[in-house]
Amino acid sequence: MQKIGVFVCHCGSNIAATVDVKKVVEMAAKEQGVFHAEDYPYMCSEAGQSRIAAAVKEKGLTGIVVCSCSPRMHEATFRKAAERAGINPYMVEIANIREHCSWIHKDMTEATEKAVILMRAAVAKVHLNAPLMAGESRVTKRALVIGGGIAGIQTAIDIADAGYKVDIVEKTPSIGGRMSQLDKTFPTLDCSACILTPKMVEAASHENITIHTWSEVEKVSGFVGNFTVDIRKKARYVNMDKCTGCGVCQEKCPSKKPLNEFNRGLNTRTAIYTPFAQAIPNVPVIDANSCIKLKTGKCGICEKFCQVGAIDYTQKDEIITEQYGAIVVATGFDTIKLDKYGEYAYNESKDVITSLELERIMNAAGPTKGHLERLSDGKAPKEIVFIQCVGSRCSDDRGKPYCSKICCMYTAKHAMLIRDKYPDTNVTVFYIDVRTPGKNFDEFYRRAVEDYGVHYIKGQVGKVMPQADGSLLVQGVDLLDNKQILKKADMVVLATAIEPNPDVRKIATMLTASIDTNNFLTEAHPKLRPVESPTAGVFLSGVCQGPKDIPETVAQAGAAAVKVIGLLAKDKLKTNPCTAKSDELLCNGCSQCANVCPYGAITYEEKLINDHGIRRTSRVAVVNGALCQGCGACTVTCPSGAMDLQGFSNRQILAEVDAICR
Amino acid sequence: MQELIHRAKSLLESGEVSRVLGWKKGENVFDVEPAFFATAEELENFVYNGFCGANLSKYMIEASTWEGKTLVFLKPCDTYSFNQLCKEHRIDREKAYIIGVGCKGKLKAEKLGAENILDVQGAGYPDCSDTLKVTTLYGEQEVAYKDAMLERCHVCKGKEHQVYDELIGESVDTCDADRFAEVAKIEAMSPEEKFAFFQAELSKCIRCNACRNVCPACSCRKCIFDSTKFDSNQKANTTSFEEKMFHIIRAFHVAGRCTDCGECSRVCPQGIPLHLFNRKFIKDINNLYGEYQAGVDIDAKAPLTSFRTDDAEPGVGRG
Amino acid sequence: MPVNNENWKPTIVAFCCNWCSYAGADLAGSSRLAYPADVKIIKVPCSCRVNPMFILRAFEKGADGVILCGCHPGDCHYSTGNYYARRRMTLLFSMLDYLGIEEGRTRVEWVSAAEGVKFSETMNSFVEKVRTLGPSVRLGDLRCKN
Repeated sequence: MQKIGVFVCHCGSNIAATVDVKKVVEMAAKEQGVFHAEDYPYMCSEAGQSRIAAAVKEKGLTGIVVCSCSPRMHEATFRKAAERAGINPYMVEIANIREHCSWIHKDMTEATEKAVILMRAAVAKVHLNAPLMAGESRVTKRALVIGGGIAGIQTAIDIADAGYKVDIVEKTPSIGGRMSQLDKTFPTLDCSACILTPKMVEAASHENITIHTWSEVEKVSGFVGNFTVDIRKKARYVNMDKCTGCGVCQEKCPSKKPLNEFNRGLNTRTAIYTPFAQAIPNVPVIDANSCIKLKTGKCGICEKFCQVGAIDYTQKDEIITEQYGAIVVATGFDTIKLDKYGEYAYNESKDVITSLELERIMNAAGPTKGHLERLSDGKAPKEIVFIQCVGSRCSDDRGKPYCSKICCMYTAKHAMLIRDKYPDTNVTVFYIDVRTPGKNFDEFYRRAVEDYGVHYIKGQVGKVMPQADGSLLVQGVDLLDNKQILKKADMVVLATAIEPNPDVRKIATMLTASIDTNNFLTEAHPKLRPVESPTAGVFLSGVCQGPKDIPETVAQAGAAAVKVIGLLAKDKLKTNPCTAKSDELLCNGCSQCANVCPYGAITYEEKLINDHGIRRTSRVAVVNGALCQGCGACTVTCPSGAMDLQGFSNRQILAEVDAICR
Repeated sequence: MQELIHRAKSLLESGEVSRVLGWKKGENVFDVEPAFFATAEELENFVYNGFCGANLSKYMIEASTWEGKTLVFLKPCDTYSFNQLCKEHRIDREKAYIIGVGCKGKLKAEKLGAENILDVQGAGYPDCSDTLKVTTLYGEQEVAYKDAMLERCHVCKGKEHQVYDELIGESVDTCDADRFAEVAKIEAMSPEEKFAFFQAELSKCIRCNACRNVCPACSCRKCIFDSTKFDSNQKANTTSFEEKMFHIIRAFHVAGRCTDCGECSRVCPQGIPLHLFNRKFIKDINNLYGEYQAGVDIDAKAPLTSFRTDDAEPGVGRG
Repeated sequence: MPVNNENWKPTIVAFCCNWCSYAGADLAGSSRLAYPADVKIIKVPCSCRVNPMFILRAFEKGADGVILCGCHPGDCHYSTGNYYARRRMTLLFSMLDYLGIEEGRTRVEWVSAAEGVKFSETMNSFVEKVRTLGPSVRLGDLRCKN
């Protein structure tokens, strides 16, 4: 028989304003086996926790029910408190009377009634709780970083510096990511390549870092500390060991039509290519879709010109399997497609471009060698209009509901750079709000307005109309002056919303990591665990978690690395003790449970069983506690009820059902 | 029958098998019951006739734990159950010597009563005849064989044995009805009619557990209803729960494993058509997840321990 | 058996998987998206932990509706759990329909951790449906012997 203590939290007024906590205490005291019941303004506070400890000591409690916020919030807190008070942490149950009660119900009587029922269910469950001991599993001291942009590179370097092996898997031919496509960075205006390239080199030359470019994660199994990952190394058709990166193959390649992804499709590249000059590794890949030799069997020019014989048309995709203790997702972002925004004439006019395209145009290695010119006729634009929030903060399903966060700043940067280099070019920015929270950000924006004479208009653009003379007519509204504006422009730049890399959904599924409605990966806690996924052993770095700029990305990358290092520094992990367990006396040995176990945690043994004095040898199921993750699939498959889940046993759940329905 | 006894005796004598699992004469011709025979003398009581409906597979669970092989006689439909139990590692195939016996449909004594044939003393089934000759106290009577058959024989799964060491006797496929017609008929009823139908049937149940005891799929070492695994501290809870939900839970426990051998309905003293539960699950499984007959392929993935990512959603198809 | 009694409140049990639906319910809470207090949530690690017996037990003890929520197919924290749950519940619900139980009393809904709105809407519509059906009598005792 348990001696149960019930602790009802006010959560300030979060609970107490809607739930009559005194009534819950009063009803709790009447429950069978409840020896102590009290309420307190903040159970999770130090003082609250010490009240639990005091009651345990004074009343000799063996089980605890805390009526408070969601167990996802503070179950761990109260379990630790119980442990400090000398009770097994698994003798604690939480009745969620905040998220599932006080926050959603308005009527106090109704909410109180429900809180009492939730309390009763938790008490009924605790009656059947049993002390559980966590097991142990080993940690593979190697991390995987998915994505080789600045987030992935920084995370990898930090982990590697701490002495652990790290693999970066990057699906494009080179690491570097979006940052390598940028020209200058705000608010310091230093050249992106100048600060990124040393990082790339550092990662590539680090003894603890292995880089798999032109590679993708194919399959993930296992769990925190023990992931097994299949990586597809796509056929490069170039031998990485032999290639010297001389570039002759690219000069000679006759297939010159494919669009250059690195330059956002503004110009073309050859079929054999390195995406950019500072690419790492500096080894080209052959794009099989446009290579004449691979498509028709004829050509082979690159092979002829390669002095070291590095070209190998027979290469095939290769799958390698590696073990990791931790996985960091750093899959970054792309800009959204603008097909649904016909009003901006993006698909009609070459002179309506996205900001990322402008970034390439401004870059010395870009399609125009850094000259600001119209892509339609090569003329220098004299009037440039920037349109903010294209697809961001959008209330309909054409765009994204969130703020892309970086656009206000990069637009100020672009405007400033253009006014600086081409003082006779006018720059107008249409904005909804200018958002510049960040160190030296507002100063930067004000410089653009005050020192560089960038013309900011609060208001949205309704339509961009290409004119017969090649110019663009921008129709907008000035909300401050409350007037319609018709403005002639030579170039229109769209601050296009960013969205998580489309591949992230596939990766999240493989990792069983949660993802939100916008395809951003979900944090374990939005405030307190922002770089961890709710899936143990999976960490988040960069924009895959939410829009952010470079300094934030690097900071988060470092934070993710610290979490990974903290994990890899452990030799063993405590495993979840809420695992399945089979009762040998009842087990039929029928194998049904093993058929549904996703972790291969169930095996069968011929065991000598002492069945109430009768000895028999029987085939029985045995659960490997280190492999079992506690889903419970086996328990329902088991016809005899031999297989049960500790912490969520049949009897416990039925007791909750009974308490709710009584 | 004599051929079976003769063969059993010789297998016993040679020591190839240590015992025989078959059917034993009872007081009346229709009171046949499963029995183990250890000696040639005991085999004098062996019987094989139209009333040997009992499926002997389940007894092989216990026999598999004994020394030596057991000779077991299995009718074609019994072999499905035997295979299913092998699949579930309950029966050791090596411990069984299977003689597949011929079957031309088994009889239900109550059906003779319904035909006004009483005080039966013997029943013969002349070859190539559709007529059953019944010896009664009042002389010989005749009845169309089909009219005296068990329900399950009208939806016979076929005359092929799924597993055997040797075959004796000929079998006939007695199927003359749609296996799922009864289920479909109920499905077509209104919810009120359905409920009324099952309420009428299930309220007859006296919880004698005959269905559970005879069912080859209900072979748990300890039935959950007899263990404390699903108690919530109060036995009274479990008892009423068991009372009310027994048949649904039993049907669910055997879903995907039930071979539709029909023993539950055969033995129910209250005449409840219990097979209608199991057959409903079989029909759904066939419709939703592809044809599946438990007991055909030992290595096949069972429908409830496998899935497809594009499976139907629960409740899809509801009005 | 619809009742006219406006004050009648159904008893609804909602089994929610820990990773998606329970978190979705938490999100509904923190977003203050109301749904009737008749719904009481039982946390299970995965939808595949829900034994049909739990559902039948709830009805036997007086529940008027039982709903099971889990991660969307393909998103199960344990990869495959909800696929098994889906088959089990499909068969169970079909059986309940077959027995003449009103079909609105049981439901499965896939609710992700991000779908607080869906959780709230689901509960609102489910409770509404059960209210129109009135108290559950048939599943209280299928045999109605007493």
